[in-house]
Amino acid sequence: MGVDFIYPEFEVIRNESRCIACRVCERQCSNEVHAWSERRGVMMSDESRCVNCQRCVSLCPTRALKIVRSDCRLRENANWTDATIKEVYKQAGSGGVLLSSMGNPNPLPVYWDRILINASQVTNPPIDPLREPMETRVSLGKRPQRIERDDEGGIICDLQPQIELSMPVMFSAMSYGSISYNAHASLARAATELGIMYNTGEGGLHEDFYAYGPHTIVQVASGRFGVHEDFLNAGAAIEIKMGQGAKPGIGGHLPGAKIVGDISRTRMIPEGSDAISPAPHHDIYSIEDLRQLVFSLKEATSYRKPVIVKVAAVHNIAAIASGIARSGADIIAIDGFRGGTGAAPTRIRDNVGIPIELALASVDQRLRDEGIRNDVSIVCGGSIRSASDVVKAIALGADACYVATAALLALGCHLCRTCHTGKCNWGIATQRPDLVKRLNPEIGSERLVNLMNAWRHEIKELIGGMGINSIEALKGNRLMLRGVGLTEKELSILGINHAGE
Amino acid sequence: MRRVFVNEEWCLACHLCEYNCAFANSGMDDMVLALKGKPIFPRIHVEGDERISYAVSCRHCTDPICVKSCIAGALSKDGDVIRVDRNVCVGCLTCVLVCPYGALAPGPDGVMQKCELCLENSCGEPACVKGCPNRAIVYEERGERA
Amino acid sequence: MRSYAIVGNGVAAVGCIEGIRSVDADGPITIISEETHETYCRPLISYLLEGKTDTERMRYRDADFFDRMGCTVLYGSRAARIASDGTAVVLESGETVHCDALCIATGSSPFVPRFEGIETVPKRFSFMTLDDALALDGALEASSRVLIVGAGLIGLKCAEGICGRVASVTVCDLADRVLSSILDAECAMLMQRNLEQNGIRFMLGDSVSRFEGSRAVMLHGDSVDFDLVVLAVGVRANTGLIADIGGEVGRGIVVDDRMQTSIPGIYAAGDCTEGNDISLGQRRVIAILPNAYLQGHAAGVNMAGGDEVFDKAIPMNSIGFFGLHAMTAGTYTGEVYEEVNGTSVKRLFWENNLLKGFILIGSNERAGIYTSLIRERTPLSSIDFELLKTSATTTAFPREQRRKKFGGVV
Repeated sequence: MGVDFIYPEFEVIRNESRCIACRVCERQCSNEVHAWSERRGVMMSDESRCVNCQRCVSLCPTRALKIVRSDCRLRENANWTDATIKEVYKQAGSGGVLLSSMGNPNPLPVYWDRILINASQVTNPPIDPLREPMETRVSLGKRPQRIERDDEGGIICDLQPQIELSMPVMFSAMSYGSISYNAHASLARAATELGIMYNTGEGGLHEDFYAYGPHTIVQVASGRFGVHEDFLNAGAAIEIKMGQGAKPGIGGHLPGAKIVGDISRTRMIPEGSDAISPAPHHDIYSIEDLRQLVFSLKEATSYRKPVIVKVAAVHNIAAIASGIARSGADIIAIDGFRGGTGAAPTRIRDNVGIPIELALASVDQRLRDEGIRNDVSIVCGGSIRSASDVVKAIALGADACYVATAALLALGCHLCRTCHTGKCNWGIATQRPDLVKRLNPEIGSERLVNLMNAWRHEIKELIGGMGINSIEALKGNRLMLRGVGLTEKELSILGINHAGE
Repeated sequence: MRRVFVNEEWCLACHLCEYNCAFANSGMDDMVLALKGKPIFPRIHVEGDERISYAVSCRHCTDPICVKSCIAGALSKDGDVIRVDRNVCVGCLTCVLVCPYGALAPGPDGVMQKCELCLENSCGEPACVKGCPNRAIVYEERGERA
Repeated sequence: MRSYAIVGNGVAAVGCIEGIRSVDADGPITIISEETHETYCRPLISYLLEGKTDTERMRYRDADFFDRMGCTVLYGSRAARIASDGTAVVLESGETVHCDALCIATGSSPFVPRFEGIETVPKRFSFMTLDDALALDGALEASSRVLIVGAGLIGLKCAEGICGRVASVTVCDLADRVLSSILDAECAMLMQRNLEQNGIRFMLGDSVSRFEGSRAVMLHGDSVDFDLVVLAVGVRANTGLIADIGGEVGRGIVVDDRMQTSIPGIYAAGDCTEGNDISLGQRRVIAILPNAYLQGHAAGVNMAGGDEVFDKAIPMNSIGFFGLHAMTAGTYTGEVYEEVNGTSVKRLFWENNLLKGFILIGSNERAGIYTSLIRERTPLSSIDFELLKTSATTTAFPREQRRKKFGGVV
């Protein structure tokens, strides 16, 4: 304690009348908050280490624990909030860039919550998904502009490569390294069982997961870690990562301490060396350069795999997307500013990029206007939280959604936002073997499958209510959406009417 | 028959199984009343260190040497479940001396107690399995030895 | 249909019956039982005196065991001799029991040295059978001074059983320590101290020279006045039936790993036998209950035409007095690992890459893991023996073995 003392953000409240001193909390806390005091004969806690991940709360057999936000507040005001002041203190103490994890937590508008969905009444009947078939399958890739027929009048079906999804959701990129082996195993198993895709991120593909290749999107990013011919051919599609919603404009940095064992081998870099993904791809300075990489990858995989180009949602996203669509890419993935990350500079995470809803609407509109919408599919991500977000995204023009944070929550993540410490008590964002084993992929994959099945049911109910029986028929159907409390400008970018109109 | 099996790959050494076991066999309906401030004598115990851990309880062997060695006739095979008659046991610990799994330990009174799969206590199914947060302990049927 | 006869009605006999029935559900079995009780747990007779059990709870099997097993029990009958081909047992009553397969499970009898003046002692007992215990029970009074001759397992269990009921208990033994057959001097001293703290008096390295009524004059010249004496000097295997027909007999009836005596078709099991002690690599009498059952079972299976080998016999004892337990197993040869601290002792003995034996006083958690190493002759190089020395834990086994033990049906 001293001038740099910052009062702990959380307090551990232990109900002594319930605590049986089983010490499960102590054994389960990698931050070493809890300890048994032989002298006092009770469990003690050191709140200053608590990150409020709630592992102890979840496992306490007598429900003796809760974690509450400390009420010891600085004298904040609307401008100088408690968090802002503490950030200044931290930087004054450390001289360093602040790091954060997961998505932008600030109270910026969440447009999904300002958009409402239509339902059929009287003149056009709703569809009951329990009684009538509903099609949630989608395929992603280039579409022909028009139907072409051969001399006999038969339809010519030489489609460009596609990926098939049983529902319009995929698990977005999280590298082996940023998340654990068991988290990857859970995602891979669940994607396979669900008939959707998960994404390697820029960490390469562990040899154990090649078996899940048909449900894997392999990623090529600026560091090119883990990229080789077998890797490219292992997946169902290849994703070129140009940017990430949580930290547009910067690269990535996995510290050497985490480059151990299988991670080093999978990334194809020496143990202990920092894995630095540069901010740019050093061979891409134009759409033409991007086109070269797209076709290099297609060439390497005999034109059998669709290529996705993933970008962060930034100011000129519509023009950027137009360029990507012309680069030969089959799918554009747009990542909004609320997307998660294992670690990002706080200032970047909280201040760079734009909301996915606006980006998605403007991209879809631009590609339609330019007549190239069928040349690419659009995948949107960056905090898709529920089935209704999915439905709204599809209606705004997405072909499918990327989901990561919700998937991590299903795996046990409690959004404590300290992934960057590597001490994840839930076995997700860590490489410590004793912590990694806390996530049993059998349980993890079951929970992911449950979550997605639940969403699938909800999607069917939502679109059935609109009288629609397939995702295909909802795509870009903005008449199904209305805004509430939005300005004319926002409504016009979203391309939707206000509620009541 | 269904047995309790453990998988050390998933054991977190949280020791919840021991507390759940002690509670299930306490005859009480309140875990705090049953366990607070007392040493526990569970019928399952976690072995190992930081690297490897797993819970050990009676294997309910097909050919149980404890039953054959019991000097009091207190251990018996009831169907496939090995039970101890605490009224008959004299606490000689010969079963502890012969169990190759180190699965047996006496209760607080020195008389043997053992895992009887919670079939007859208020839990009704193995409490260790029910409470395991990571499915490191399961209760299932696996291939019988030929 | 095959018929069976078993001479003896102890634990080995029950093992034999269950062994036979695991192969042959129907063949009639005749039990020739000298004792008039149903099979009871003989090691429990001291607990009977202590009040920790009663004759009902001492049953080894439930009341309808013999009926269920299709056995005819001839209580109170003694086998006089057996036919040399094992097809008949002639009883002292003159009756003959015919059988196709025979098992001798005659156990052992107290060995009583010829103490001078023993016939002058009005109240003298041995401590071997339920009848012995019941007789002693009837004779004990709160004012009794008891002299127990023999500080072995039987003598000391007797001492523990009665010491709360009588005025004094004195135990003497020619050996210089208690439990001399299973404990070294240091461990024996620990056990002795504990017994002494509970009121038992010892005269060790000394024994009775002669009895004069209710007084024992000791070899060293002291004399002890007592009201009753228990003679627990030792036991001898009852080998006569086999010896009489020329079968091989040492200290016990010699049996092979299938419990067959040197006479084909005649089997033997339990305290009357002398089988291979794998920790010693030699034959010896291993008069312990688990051995009796396991031998009996093997004999029964083989008598009924099955094939069961019992080749894992080792001496092992778990014996506690007033809450302090001693566990021992195997043979004390080779290199030694030891931990000694105040009230507990651990000694492990190993030789030629095999654990040979151990002594554990006090702390004995998971001792069976050590026992199994001896019984299974597990090469110590295949496990983490360094870890095992300090702690009996299956963590010391290779992962694959643990997977089989705890993830499979065993």
